[in-house]
Amino acid sequence: MAEFLQLVFSGLTVGAVYALVALGFTLIYNASDVINFAQGDFVMIGGMGTVFLAAAGIALPLAALIAIVGAVIVGLLLHKLAIEPARGASPVALIMITIGASIFIKGIAQLVFDKQFHSLPAFSGDTPIAVGGATILPQSLWVMGVALALFVALYLFLEKTLLGKALLATAANRLAARLVGINVTIILALAFGVSAAIGAIAGVVVTPITLTRYDVGTLFALKGFAAAMVGGMGNPLGAVVGGLLIGLLEAFGAGYISSTYKDAVAFVVILLVLFFLPRGLFGGRSVERV
Amino acid sequence: MSLLRVEGLGISFGGLVAVDNVGFSVEAGQVFSIIGPNGAGKTTLFNLVTGIYKPLRGRVTMGGDDVTGLAPHLLAKRGMSRTFQNLQIFFRMTALENVMVGRHMAERSSLLSDLLGLPAADRQTRATREAAMGLLERVGLSDVANATAGALSYGVLKRLEIARALAASPKVLLLDEPAAGCNAVETEAIDHLIGEIAKSGVAVVLIEHDMKLVMKISDRVLVLAQGRHLAEGPPREVRDNPAVIAAYLGDHGTREADRAHG
Amino acid sequence: MAGKLLSSRLATLVLLAAIIAVVPLLAPSAFYLRVAAVVWVFALAALGLTILMGYAGQVSLGHAGFLGIGGYAVAIGPAQFGLHPALCLVIGAALAGLLAYLVGRPILKLKGYYLAIATLGFGVILALIFHSESQWTGGPDGMQVARVTLFGWRLSGAVNWYWVTGGALMIGAWIALNIGASPTGRALKALHDSEVAAAGSGIDVSAKKLAAFVIGAVYAAVAGGLLAAMNGLITPDAAGFMHSIELVAMVIIGGLGSVFGAVVGAAFLVVLPQALTFMHDYEQAVLGFLIMAFMIFLPAGIVPTLRKWLLERLS
Repeated sequence: MAEFLQLVFSGLTVGAVYALVALGFTLIYNASDVINFAQGDFVMIGGMGTVFLAAAGIALPLAALIAIVGAVIVGLLLHKLAIEPARGASPVALIMITIGASIFIKGIAQLVFDKQFHSLPAFSGDTPIAVGGATILPQSLWVMGVALALFVALYLFLEKTLLGKALLATAANRLAARLVGINVTIILALAFGVSAAIGAIAGVVVTPITLTRYDVGTLFALKGFAAAMVGGMGNPLGAVVGGLLIGLLEAFGAGYISSTYKDAVAFVVILLVLFFLPRGLFGGRSVERV
Repeated sequence: MSLLRVEGLGISFGGLVAVDNVGFSVEAGQVFSIIGPNGAGKTTLFNLVTGIYKPLRGRVTMGGDDVTGLAPHLLAKRGMSRTFQNLQIFFRMTALENVMVGRHMAERSSLLSDLLGLPAADRQTRATREAAMGLLERVGLSDVANATAGALSYGVLKRLEIARALAASPKVLLLDEPAAGCNAVETEAIDHLIGEIAKSGVAVVLIEHDMKLVMKISDRVLVLAQGRHLAEGPPREVRDNPAVIAAYLGDHGTREADRAHG
Repeated sequence: MAGKLLSSRLATLVLLAAIIAVVPLLAPSAFYLRVAAVVWVFALAALGLTILMGYAGQVSLGHAGFLGIGGYAVAIGPAQFGLHPALCLVIGAALAGLLAYLVGRPILKLKGYYLAIATLGFGVILALIFHSESQWTGGPDGMQVARVTLFGWRLSGAVNWYWVTGGALMIGAWIALNIGASPTGRALKALHDSEVAAAGSGIDVSAKKLAAFVIGAVYAAVAGGLLAAMNGLITPDAAGFMHSIELVAMVIIGGLGSVFGAVVGAAFLVVLPQALTFMHDYEQAVLGFLIMAFMIFLPAGIVPTLRKWLLERLS
């Protein structure tokens, strides 16, 4: 039982990060139909940026803030310079553009930062808290807390603010949104900016646990992508559930089966979901129109 | 025995009944038209018959064989061909290649001979090209044979789809608004073409909005309204049916029609 | 006339043969022949993707996985079972084809992004297996591949490998061109544009997609086997995600659906890092930038764009 609980804790911790990455995917996908493979690199920028700014003597909260702003700027540039000029490209071309962007960001990151693994000190110490025979790190609580706060904030933003509603409207029907006077270009930029911020914040809080390096973005992106797809592409609640589910399955897989294939869990899940529920757990059915 | 027979066909999408208990049958050499207001379920009916949607109720038979819910390519093998309301053209291929694809089922060539470029594969391609060229001539498009389909006009593509469907040597041909977006001359040509196709022994099922065309070339007409069978009969009979006029024009139309007849 | 010449099968093969024949005359050292041999091998793998992506319009972001199967077959077969490397190349190709046949059926039902992520996941799982089953594969460091002896003749050295890989590429190009001009090729191109209309013409869409997937896998496996034997080494990275992306990038940068495009794309992405070794630190950034730039500014790819320009100049 204690082992089970331990696995649940670690699964929920990484799952929360996957959920945040998946949420970023979902936001951008809804607004622009683009699957942004560089989503994981925002996580890296948040983590690595904070590490290097803190090392330069800047106080941790300020360093984190600057790193997050940096990620947002990268997100906006990505939209402006790579996605917008390719409007109307095929899904495959758009995938390749964001993969190219991801490789580019990694290439720049190893120049600006370095190729080593880095960590951050845990925000509230390293003393594990005992819960029901298992232990949980204070940093895990930070990760889950921040994730929860971000989910709530995003929900409130989308449902209660005019800007958020404009984003939802754009997601539902871009042409109609334009007709009622919504500036779609700004909305798309907003989606990229918010997604980058979410990713970077996830990167800041998770770095004390998982370490970070210039290339950690790939796995985060792939697993976040898996999470978004498991939940049904474009469904924010699905993204969160999918992220937690993949985190938990990964933890159980590593704990009970084999840690060697931990990273395969997400993909086995994707393949199973795609084969048996091609629209994800929360996706509707669609009918081909001719 | 009817070439194509549809009985009690029905489907609903998300609780909304799109086609409900529709039936009809078509004989060889007949032109059978399906008309009805927008949203009456005509194209949905076509999609049910041609296997793109699986019907929830009812059955489709061809020459007595039950073919309900068969995959489209299997229906094609049994002699069913169709054109599409929203063009389904192979835009990257030339007009000729589009029709050559239509000959797919007549092509006798194994994957191995295709891979190795054996003389058999090349011979087959030559034969297919000749047959396709003949069909393009038949619909009056031989002059655009080598143009990329994506660069051709709407009216031309409509005829190209008919040529591609004919390339499969169908027994039953379903045409979904073949004259939509065509000018008077093109419509005249299509009118003539449909007549010829029927004369060659093909059962033609036609969805069309151009009433003049429908009344002129149809042997029988089925009227759909809100997914249901409203009337069926020879063109003249259907045209004078008050229920049909009401469905098309509302009650006001009925009065107008009465006045016109009176 | 010019257009007919530019698109004819024979012209493409003759041009390719001429290039393969001329490169050794111009190459100042064996190093250049080695690089060229690597180009031919990757062009072969890219040709498989040309059939799958260019003809049939189905993306695979896990194609390097099949490359890995071919590579490890040539490495494991002789080392563990004492089989001849040439036989292992065939076995690897057959295994890759069989695996593609088995996973292709469910995977190819998916479209667009879903197909992309499913193939990606499949490739990552394969790479992870090569990485983890170290008793067979040597783990993360990979394994040595025994030298190849054919009819008592020891296959080694840049020159020999240059001709072997060049020959393999010629055969691959010939088959790809044959398919393109055959009933099968027309069926693949048709379902690329409209699956509904293709099915309406009697084409068994899922069977044709599967055939393209299997053929693409066999191409990649043969390329992987040649690469491993030539390098004398295979590592899990050969099957990795980045390699899959590079293969797709080759096909798109060269020109989707064009046999010559696959060769040009492979040359571009193989030669570029070699040219950039003096600025090794920038390699990844430059690669990422180029992929983006090509997708945005030259989406049709190098070869089709050049051909169009040439035709306009000529007419």
